[in-house]
Order: sequence, then structure tokens, then C-alpha cells
Amino acid sequence: MTTPPNAPPPRNIDIKPATPVVATAAAAAPVADAQDVAIRAQGLDSWYGSVQALKGISLEIPKCRVTALIGPSGCGKSTFLRWINRMNDPIPGARASGILTLHGDDLLGRALDVVELRRRVGMVFQKPNPFTKSIYDNVAFGPRLHRSFRRADLDELVENSLRAAALWDEVKDRLKSSALGLSGGQQQRLCIARAIAVGPEVLLMDEPCSALDPKSTASIEQLIRELETSYTIVIVTHNMQQAARVSDRTAFFFEGTLVECGSTDRIFTNPANKQTEDYVSGRFG
Amino acid sequence: MPNVAEISAATSRAAAANRRGTARSRAARIGTERVIRGSLLACALLSIVTTFTILVILLVQSASFFAMPQVSAWEFFTGTTWAPLLGEEKHFGIWPLIAGTLLVTSIAAAFALPVGLLVAVYLSEYAPSRVRAILKPILEVLAGIPTVVYGFFALAVITPFLHDHVSESFGTFNALGAGLAVGIMILPIVASLSEDSLRAVPRSLRDAAFAMGGTRFDVSTKVVVPAALSGIVASWLLAITRAIGETMIVALAAGGLASMTLNPAHEVQTMTAYMVQIFTGDAPAYGIEYKSSFAVATVLFVITLALTIVGNLFLRAFREEYE
Repeated sequence: MTTPPNAPPPRNIDIKPATPVVATAAAAAPVADAQDVAIRAQGLDSWYGSVQALKGISLEIPKCRVTALIGPSGCGKSTFLRWINRMNDPIPGARASGILTLHGDDLLGRALDVVELRRRVGMVFQKPNPFTKSIYDNVAFGPRLHRSFRRADLDELVENSLRAAALWDEVKDRLKSSALGLSGGQQQRLCIARAIAVGPEVLLMDEPCSALDPKSTASIEQLIRELETSYTIVIVTHNMQQAARVSDRTAFFFEGTLVECGSTDRIFTNPANKQTEDYVSGRFG
Repeated sequence: MPNVAEISAATSRAAAANRRGTARSRAARIGTERVIRGSLLACALLSIVTTFTILVILLVQSASFFAMPQVSAWEFFTGTTWAPLLGEEKHFGIWPLIAGTLLVTSIAAAFALPVGLLVAVYLSEYAPSRVRAILKPILEVLAGIPTVVYGFFALAVITPFLHDHVSESFGTFNALGAGLAVGIMILPIVASLSEDSLRAVPRSLRDAAFAMGGTRFDVSTKVVVPAALSGIVASWLLAITRAIGETMIVALAAGGLASMTLNPAHEVQTMTAYMVQIFTGDAPAYGIEYKSSFAVATVLFVITLALTIVGNLFLRAFREEYE
């Protein structure tokens, strides 16, 4: 979102992020039933070296719902997302403290098996990144890492993963041809199929449509809506309309803090916080 | 914010200052371009002309070698005895030289291709940046060592080690010692070029594989190496070509006895080592031995050319699969 030229100067953005604990507590309406919480963060802090990227994030992400993380660049939403599958690990100096759990399992402790975690938490990236392999081998890649399959079972797994990603009909006659021959939107659906094939509980999506044209974006958004019944989905997006279209809950991050979190309808129509209102209405960000 | 009047005044002052500059004439512009283009073309032509001159000299001298009455082209291409310096009974059958070259090159390749790839995978996928910052320059220094030093190394270190710890049958000159030294020489080529192509594989592919629960080994072997395969094969071919053409190491450490053998403990002579022997004064100039080395050089040229062409065909086939 860019600021429209005739917009009034942004207000309130000089609010110091030292105080939003109050706002968070007030605005982050807890998920109705505690049993439906998939991911829970409590007082999550994160640093890259000496730079603090997340400051006391407390957030509950409901099971089998779409949660959108919004906020201006550098607000910490991607950092938060990447702690859920520990993709921050290889970044030098990245560390986190506080509580982050997936269905009650601690995600930050030393005891965590990162490989096992990533089997449970799939990820779709900003730019479609299919391997330089055939369509079939792309989808079969993840399952083969974790188990050995009989051919027929693997075929079935690949077919159903592609069906789940609404791609099967378009590629069923060319499973052996290179994935790089697909269009951008098809490649991104292939990446979703690839993530589904591993059998995750959670799908993380980091701006999954930012490299796609509007038509492909629409097909991915529809797909996200359909996948929600089976997977807990967390999506980072810069596109406010997209957050409004695809998500049930929206969390607004700003300068490493969670400013407000609630049902998407309420965040977009009746935000409790002035900053949230300015952001979702496009006055800054 | 400056107001409209200020901006307008500034633009007209800028335009006025611009007009006070001296214009460069169109003729001067075109003339300069022409001179530059001409000298660049001359540089490009120089390399082409040199290559063709070498080729012509090789062919002319080879032709005059084959025209000599003592020489039979049939014997040259099929014979298994190479004895150009032994009195009356001279034999020019090139296969012992080819066998020597292939033996040394195979030993070098068997060592350097896999080890070089492993070094590249370590540097690109495993090494912490601090370790890499130390190792990579060392590799590059290794690539800059004059090959005569590797020849000493083979004679003074590798061969005595083989003799003392592997088998008494290793003599002062042997194919294995020379082959290993050539292998050490081409190792940095394989490691450095392969590492470049491994690092050129987009970060996003690694992220995808890690995010599905791949280990570092899974990511390296199942994603990164396959995606970089064309570059790896290219580094291998370049290294093999260098090994075939390597002269100083084999002239020092492999010996000077052309023999049809696959025994790595034996003394062998390569095509390049034979040429060194001739041109460093063992044979009278412009005699039959002198001319024979041009014929050998032509065969060597054809072998490396064929390898380059096969390599390019291979690479093209691979590239298409991955696009």
C-alpha cells in the first residue's frame, strides 16, 4: 500500500512501541475455545544480532482458519512466521525467547526436532520456487524425504496433492515434464501441492501472491479458502484487500509489536486502535 | 519545499549553464567510435589468427612427417611401439603415448573429480563463512602454483611414499605419482568452478527443501547438486582437458619410457612429455623425431578438441532438460 498523494499526514505513527502491551491485551481477543488454538505465542521476543525484531508478541492462531499477518515492511510479521517453522535458524545472530507452541509443543527449545517440525508445518514462499525437476518429482520430493513408498502409493499421494492444489487437471498429462514449463500461478499451486504432500498441519504462506498476476492471485486466494478446512493457514501479505478476502482473523504488526489482532471483519471495519485504522485504510504503510 | 518560482528559476539557470559547454562534433564522435571498434576487432582477430597459425603449422609439419619414407601412417595410428630415438630401428606407433596420457589422466580424474566436488559441496553448503573465507583463498593459491613445483612434489614426496608404504615396485618414475600430482593440480579447478555453480543455485530452492524437512545432506545431494549439474560437468571437462595437456609434472615424474601399460607403478611417457623430450635437445632439429612431435601434437589437439565438442553437446542436452 502506498500513501495516496492527497492523504493527510500520517497520525499517531510516533507512538512509541514500548506501550502497546496494553493495546495487545485489550485488542487481541482470545480465540473462543482454547482447544481450537493451533499456535500460541506468549511474550515472544526475537533478535537479529542486537536488533530486536519482535517485542513481546502474544498471539493465538486458531486451528483450521486463515490468519493474516499484516503491517508495513520490517514490522516483524515475516520474522514471526519464520519462527513457526524455525526457518530463521540459519540466519546468523537470529534468536528468540518467550513462548511459542504448536498444539502445545514447544517450538523454541533445544529438544525440538526441526525436521519433524517442518514435516508438520509446510511453507509457501513469496516467489514460486519449484525444483528443476519434473512436476511429479517436485510433489514427491517431500514425502520421499521422510518415508519410502510403493510406487502406487506415491502415485496416489502425488495425484491427490495436485488435486488438493487444484492443479491436477492442468498437469495430469505432463507429470514427467519440467515444472519450470508451468506458468507462474501454476508453479505457485505446484509449490502448495508440494507442501501439502508432506502431510502438514499448518501451512505458512509468505506473501504467496506478490509475484503473480491478478488472475493467478485470484486462483491462489480461492485455493487458500478451500484449504482452510484441512489446514491451519498463516499468511503474510502486504495486500490489504487480500487479507480482507482470504482471512478469518487478522493480526496487525508494527515495529516489532503486535498492535491489534481480531476477526478480519472487525479489524477492517471497526479497529480498536488508531494505528490499525490508519494502516488498513491506506493512510500509511 | 521550494516554491514554483524557485524551481522555475533553477531550471532556466541549469539550462543556461548547459548551453555554455563546448559541443562535441558529430564527426569526432563517429571517428572515435570507428577507431575503438577497429582496435577491438584487431584484438579479437589476433587470437583467431594465432589459433589458425598454430593449426596450420601443426598440419604442415605433420604432413611432412608422414611424407618421409621411413614413416608409415598405418603404423603411426595402429602401432604399439614408440621408439623414435633408438638407432636404426625407429618405430612410430603412437598408442603407447596415448596409453600413457590416458593412464595419468584417469588417475588424476579418479582422484580430483569426486574430491573436488566434495570440497565444493563442503564450501558451498556446509562451511561456516569464516572457514570458507580461509579455505577458498588457499584453494586459489593452490591453483596458482607453477606445475613444475607439483612435479618436484611428486618426485620428492608422493613417489617415495608410494615406494615405502604401498609397494616396492614403484620406481623413481611412475604413472601413479605423476597422476596424483596432476590430480592435486586440477583439484582447485574442479572445486572452485563447481563451487561457483553450486552457489549460483538460487537460495529459494534450498529454502523450499529445508522447509519440507530436508537435512543439509538432502538439500545438497537432491536439490543443489542436480540443479548445478551442468556447471559441475563443465568444471570436470575443463579439468580433464587440463590434465591431458599437463606437461611439466609428467615430464618430471612419469618418466620417459613410452610403454603400453595399465600398471600405475610403471614408468610411462605421455604425448606432452615426449614433445618436451624432443624440444629440449634429445633429438636433432628438423629430423624425423622433431617432425614426429608435430604429428603427436596434432593427435593431442584432436583429442582435446573432441573432448570440448562432446562436452558442449552434453551440456546443451542437460541445459534443455532444466529449462
